[in-house]
Amino acid sequence: MQTVYQVRQGDFANAGKISSTVKGVLKQLNLAPEHIKRIVVALYEAEVNVVAHSYGGFIQCTFASDKITIYVHDEGPGIPDVTLAMTEGYSTASAEVREMGFGAGMGLSNMRKNCDLMHIESAQDKPTDITMVFNLQQGTQHG
Amino acid sequence: MKLSEVVRIVNGTVLSGAENLDKEVLLGFSSDLMSDVLTLLADDILLITGLSNNQAIRTAEMSDISHILFVRNKFPTKTMLDLANEHGITIITTPFSMFRASGLLFEQGLEPVY
Repeated sequence: MQTVYQVRQGDFANAGKISSTVKGVLKQLNLAPEHIKRIVVALYEAEVNVVAHSYGGFIQCTFASDKITIYVHDEGPGIPDVTLAMTEGYSTASAEVREMGFGAGMGLSNMRKNCDLMHIESAQDKPTDITMVFNLQQGTQHG
Repeated sequence: MKLSEVVRIVNGTVLSGAENLDKEVLLGFSSDLMSDVLTLLADDILLITGLSNNQAIRTAEMSDISHILFVRNKFPTKTMLDLANEHGITIITTPFSMFRASGLLFEQGLEPVY
């Protein structure tokens, strides 16, 4: 099963709606609560990132029995230095984003900690593509 | 401690989830930074925050946090209360500062997360 959700630039009022919807789907799929929590926390950080930092994009969730894959695409402006962006505490967030309770430079590392595999592709003035894979087997380590 | 105890200690007002006041809460976490809240592994936390916007409720929803205490009389909007009701989240407000509310609750036995 696959679902796709559009994310609008700067739509802070609705940030979190997609994560909430996906949480409902994961509950219906009877996933263990610890899996649900790490998936929706990573997804929510990603969703806030697209709203806060990009020109908009979409989130695609693929549900399989052994793993959940979340692909996040935005239309830019891109991350000039991905390694730097992954550093905890590094942030380019606006005052508006900080007022929302985010923008402390923890989003990408929170995402990485909660998934089993993360791949980021981005560059200045390019789209950003992030894939996160969450394994559902028992005893799977993550972080 | 029971949520009703929390309300008494911080001189609080319950704005949603009054039916949960008999529930026990073991841990408290005070923060205005939602990314920090999203790193917590424990459930059954009382989130003490001065951040009164939709993202506080959404963060609680994603983190399986069922109770929020807003300090300094930050009153949530109707949208926030609707969201909280939808997800069974208790909302309490207190006139006290985050420091005072946290201190009093800690003193009365609410455990810190870290």
